[in-house]
Amino acid sequence: MSVLIFKVILIVIIFLISLGLAAYATYGERKVAAFLQDRIGPDRAGPFGLLQPIADGVKMFLKEEIIPTVSDKFLFILGPSLFMVTALMTSAVIPWGTPMEFGGVTYHLQVADINIGILYVLGVVSLGVYGIMLGGWSSNNKYALLGAIRASSQMISYELAMGMSVIAVLLISDGSLSLNAIVEGQKGLNWNVFYQPLAALIFIITAFAECNRTPFDLPESESELIGGYHTEYSSMKLGLYLFAEYINMFISSAIISSLFFGGYNFPGLEYLQTVLPTNLVSLISFGAFFTKILFFIFFFMWVRWTIPRFRYDQLMRLGWQVLMPLAIINVLITGAVVTFFGN
Amino acid sequence: MQLTNRSKVVVKKEMSFVEKLYLPAIFSGLSITIKHLFKKKATLRYPEVTREFAPVYRGMHVLKRDEQGRENCTACGLCAVACPAEAITMDAAERQKGEEYLYREEKYAAKYEINMLRCIYCGLCEEACPKDAIYLTDRIVPSEYSRGKFVFGKDVLVENIDERIDISKRKKSYKID
Repeated sequence: MSVLIFKVILIVIIFLISLGLAAYATYGERKVAAFLQDRIGPDRAGPFGLLQPIADGVKMFLKEEIIPTVSDKFLFILGPSLFMVTALMTSAVIPWGTPMEFGGVTYHLQVADINIGILYVLGVVSLGVYGIMLGGWSSNNKYALLGAIRASSQMISYELAMGMSVIAVLLISDGSLSLNAIVEGQKGLNWNVFYQPLAALIFIITAFAECNRTPFDLPESESELIGGYHTEYSSMKLGLYLFAEYINMFISSAIISSLFFGGYNFPGLEYLQTVLPTNLVSLISFGAFFTKILFFIFFFMWVRWTIPRFRYDQLMRLGWQVLMPLAIINVLITGAVVTFFGN
Repeated sequence: MQLTNRSKVVVKKEMSFVEKLYLPAIFSGLSITIKHLFKKKATLRYPEVTREFAPVYRGMHVLKRDEQGRENCTACGLCAVACPAEAITMDAAERQKGEEYLYREEKYAAKYEINMLRCIYCGLCEEACPKDAIYLTDRIVPSEYSRGKFVFGKDVLVENIDERIDISKRKKSYKID
């Protein structure tokens, strides 16, 4: 089996997992919301309502598709496509588990181990703004435009703090930008969150903002902007937006876990590697990584049903006057410690 | 006046540094919401599970039969007179020879209709009835697609001989005087 075939299979699997997880995240969100509010949630479609996402998907496809006559049609269609594409692209650099071995050849469970992994992630994530901005602007609707403007300004302001918090991590992990190297450097319980709690906190907060999740869900704010940038969207184009949002959440959780919570590492992995076959260990590490991801997805939902939405000025104040300086100070202190005391 | 001891005195003071961080508040909020994850749910899965009604609950009417399966109603019209919503209409008829096993007295209701959309479920018909014939039960009026279907006739209201509607709970709560 050539590396190329393996990578193609891996890409297809990751693609399917992303879509499946996004579909079931909608179900999970409704269930978590219900449970946190002492309700039961969807339980009519299939056992425990497990077929609900499929019913929703079918519904989305069968809905009438409306493109406003005053909209810019090309951009109107491009918007959700771009958002979906950027959401899916990010998963390329995430290391999903320890390498597998078939017939003496080692295959890395990572689509592309590029040496600028985390930069690639930040770059693609900022491209995601275009999807929202184009969608909101081309709808020719004031609410959509307001939502889109809010989204882009919010994403731009929080990206800075996000980048700064990543720099602090890079400083303590030998300066490699490759996500694989960063994860490899967190063997056992040697997780970055214990060395960089502040950076982890800032990164998680900014990840919430990047995903447009509560308390930073101003771009959507159902109660004021009737859904924000996707007000004019219907049918599967709306579905793409909602879907891509959950994929973003999934990818953010994956990146939070791999940057700060050890990725696929867990205490005892080295021991397992000596006793169990390589491929089995690989699957176990994948499972560990996935558990972390699922926890963070749950955390995203948990916070959503706990904290109310920010006011717009509070959001900007938090981004520029609190998180930015904190992240910079964190980088300075980390840099000083690394320089004067070594690692 | 203090009604509960849950009220908090609001003081307009400068927040301390820890309070300004908001993080402790957020975490206490998170702990509150996670506690609700394990709480007993208030929702009942309705068609499968029904909530227990109070004995005084006033739902859909029933026209009772006596022990021998004869209709109690004699079409005296007192319920229709008592009804504040004017939901009840009836036609009386005379019992013929050979119908003694159907109707308890010489006169009976040939037609007895309650408009369930007019009814306000006050229970005055029940109170007015001298013959123990009409009772409100703990059954819920089923939903329909047209208004006409809500005019319930004797086919719906009279209880089946082999499927008696239990009104003992209601009777107990009701006949105190």
